[in-house]
Formats: sequence, C-alpha cells, structure tokens
Amino acid sequence: MAEPSQCQLCSQPATVHLTQIINNHVHTVHLCEACSMNKGVTDPKGFSLSAPLGGAAFPGDKDGSGPTCPSCGQRFSQFKDQGRLGCPGCYEAFTGSLMPMLADMHHSLQHAGKVPLRQFGRLALTQKASELQKELELAIREERYEDAARLRDELRLLSEQAANPTV
Amino acid sequence: MQIADLLRIPPETSRRQRADSTVVLITRLRLARNLASLPFPGWAKAGQRNDILAACQHAAQRVPQLRNGLHVSLSDLSDTERKILFERHLISKELSESRGAGVSISRDQSVSVMINEEDHIRLQVLRRGFDLKKSWNTATEIDDELEKHLDFAFHPQLGYLTSCPTNVGTGMRASAMMHLPGLVLAGHMEKVVRALNQVGIVVRGFFGEGSEASGSMFQISNQHTLGLAEPDILKKLSKFFNSIIEQELNARQVLLEKEHTKTCDKISRAYGILAHARLLNTAEAMNLLSLLRLASEVGFYPAQTVETLDRLLIEAQPNHIEHAVGRSIEPNQRDFFRAGLLREQVSRLPALDFSAGDA
Repeated sequence: MAEPSQCQLCSQPATVHLTQIINNHVHTVHLCEACSMNKGVTDPKGFSLSAPLGGAAFPGDKDGSGPTCPSCGQRFSQFKDQGRLGCPGCYEAFTGSLMPMLADMHHSLQHAGKVPLRQFGRLALTQKASELQKELELAIREERYEDAARLRDELRLLSEQAANPTV
Repeated sequence: MQIADLLRIPPETSRRQRADSTVVLITRLRLARNLASLPFPGWAKAGQRNDILAACQHAAQRVPQLRNGLHVSLSDLSDTERKILFERHLISKELSESRGAGVSISRDQSVSVMINEEDHIRLQVLRRGFDLKKSWNTATEIDDELEKHLDFAFHPQLGYLTSCPTNVGTGMRASAMMHLPGLVLAGHMEKVVRALNQVGIVVRGFFGEGSEASGSMFQISNQHTLGLAEPDILKKLSKFFNSIIEQELNARQVLLEKEHTKTCDKISRAYGILAHARLLNTAEAMNLLSLLRLASEVGFYPAQTVETLDRLLIEAQPNHIEHAVGRSIEPNQRDFFRAGLLREQVSRLPALDFSAGDA
C-alpha cells in the first residue's frame, strides 16, 4: 500500500509515518514534521492525549465542547486541550467518550489489581448502619426511648465517619 | 529532619549492589493516588490544593516507613535544593513547578511521596539494582498506611482514578533504569526500542531532557495500567527486562570479542578526557562516565568501581555541581567545576586492566 504523501492534519507533505500496534490492531498515521512535533508523536510515552491523532480517539464529538462534569465543571473540550481530567467524577461524566480511549490505551476495561482496604471498610460501615437503623426502628416501635436515643447517636457517629474518613 | 541533613546522606541509588545486576542501576515503582471527591491538582483552586497538601502531609507523617524522614512544602526549599532532589530522582520536574506542592522522603531516600503533582499523591519507591517485587511490596505497604488516613478515589470497574487516563487502574508505573552501552555501541538500540513499544513497554533516555539518551542510560517502563493486576504487570516487565539484560550482555560480549581493540581504545580515550579535561558539559561527562562504567562491568576495573562511577553520574549533574561549589554559578563555570571534580575523582581510580576482561 502506498503511503499518503500528505499530512493528515494539514496539507503539508507527510514525512512521519507512525504505525502502532495497540491491542493487536494496526493504527497508522501520516503527518508532516511540524504536526508530528505538535502532536507529540516523537514523545516516547506513546500517547499524547492533548493531541489526538486525527481526532479518531474522540468519536461523536463534532462541535468540540462535549459534556460538562457536574462535580467540577470541567468541559470535555478542556480535557482534550490539557490531557487531564478535572476530578474523579469526570470519569462518569465523560464515560461515553472516555471508554473507547481507555480501550485503546489499556489491556482491558476492567481493573484487575489492588482494591483499597477502605473500600471494604466502607461496605462494612454501610452494613452496620443498616443494622442499627433496623434496631432503632424496632426500639421506637417498642417504645424503648432510651435505647432509641443511644442508637440514634451511634448512627450519627457512623455517618460522620463515613463522610469524613480522614479524621 | 531538615533538607540539609538529607542532602548529606548518599542516596539509596548510589549504594552497593550485587555484582550480577549492574545493567539495571535503579528500579523505580510509583503509584498514583487521588482523594475521592476533590478536584485533581491541575484543576483544584489554590485553597483546595492547600487542603489536599495538609491532608496528605498529615497522612504521610504517620507512615512508619517515613518516620524521621523529610516532610516539606516545595515552597520552603531553595531552587538548588529542589533541583538536587530532582537529580536524585526523589521529586519530578513537574512537582518542583507545581503550586501547593509537598514531598515526604524517607531517611534512606528509597521512598518519596509527592503531593499535588499531576495526581494528589505520587508514591515512589526507588531501589538500587533490579528488584521489582520488593519495590512493589514496599509501595503497597506504604499505600495501605496512607489509606488508613485518606479516602482514595476508586471505581469498581476502572480502579484507582487518576488525573490522566493513561494511569487509571493500578496507577502503577514500574521502571528500570538500565545502562545499555553494548546495545548503543552496536547500533541495536533503535530496533530494541521498536520491539519493546509493540509489547506495551516504553523506553526513554534517562538523563537530560526529552528523549536524548546521554550516558547510554534508559528508563524502561510499562505503558498499560488498566486490565492486569500489579503482580502480572511486574511479571511481564521482568520477563522483558531480563531479555534486554541478556541482549545487552551479548552485545558486550560481541564488542569485546570482535572489536576488542576498538572498544578498549574508546574506554581509554574516555579515561584520558575525564582525567585531563578542563571543561566538561553534562552530556559529555555522562557519555564518558558510561564508558568507564562499562569498563568496570566487564572487568577492566575491580567490580566495586561501579559504585564510585554511579555516584559520579549523580554528582556530575548540574545542580549537584552547583551545590558542591556552594554558590550560584554560570553554566560554563559549571563545566569548569565539573571537569575539576571528575579529574580529581577519576585519577584516583585503579589502573585499567584490559587483560582482565570478561571471559
């Protein structure tokens, strides 16, 4: 197959022909020297998020602004410019556009590694809270008000713990 | 612990190592972590960055492995101190330029916790020689300790959430800093880099900016962070690292057998320049020291000479020179002082013995 002589981003003659094999798929990009520098093709990290090659990494985003993250206010277009997300919530907010990118970047889309201990802790906390809640309801029904007051205090403490785990 | 105390201690990375693993100078493993429900550092407001710094420093100070270590805000360090920490691989360039940044460094300088870098936390373990497993064990232990005080952003499907999606999942990047003069001299490096890229392994020059690889030093690391468990990523890396080491040793063997005189000549010339030059810039010094390091690795110097050379590879860096001189100096003056330091140190090395060579 003959290589295109024009850069895919501008109309300059293409001098850089990049072929990457990602997840067994061959991706080929043809760029002029200036664009390849701009897009970080020479960056050995391999991926330049701020400069998607040919825009293929961002399907369905024609107008350039994309969705906005409700948690931090970052727009998807700002992520595209800077290559960095605004907050953990952005992963949910931009999920439609991010997932195909992640699929291209990584082995699979399912984390298989370490899970934070606290993740288990939080689960335990939630379970304990629901048990306490049942006991509280029972205490109120049986008019054991002293018990109910104690249980309510315990519940309040628990929810504070869950909300502010750094303390 | 004060920064001045820390700088007086030789870094972990220049300590004694086993003779069989000199191709890998340093194993480095880092984990990226972020606090749940707070913006990533690049998007956070100044006040939020200060809150993040305070919470993370509070946690880092309670990690047993960091007890008696250095806990500082980058704004409390001088420009040179910051750059020295960078040259010792204890902080990144990005951290030294970030607002509201902090770092905690263990006394032996094998662990550093960078705060408000690209992610809220970049936990890094540095080890002399090739030891991915131990590095991971240390890192995950410290991660567990930090987690006792911090709530990390974690997604059941995507794992640890990071500012840049290239790090999501394990947040782990493991690398080996390798000395590959054999592959460089034989002209095989480009081929090796291409082959590694295809299996998801990234190769970068270790010293200097960008991909310039002075001193035949390369940093080789995993590209993917999502989809495999940490031990599996490390197993895969280990396999490829071992194969690079093997290829490097083969390339050296060939150089010594087929181009013995030429190789000895290169080494002798490197010695000559280091022992006599009056001006040496960083890149040239790295390249020459690399050749002497090769000499000691193949047995032309006693094995322990490697330690001296590895120390010099760090001390010849621009800001270490400036720190040794004790005042701010111009780049050309630095070349003068660097040449002076290397002249003095290199002339104290034992004589090269080309008859000794690797069998």
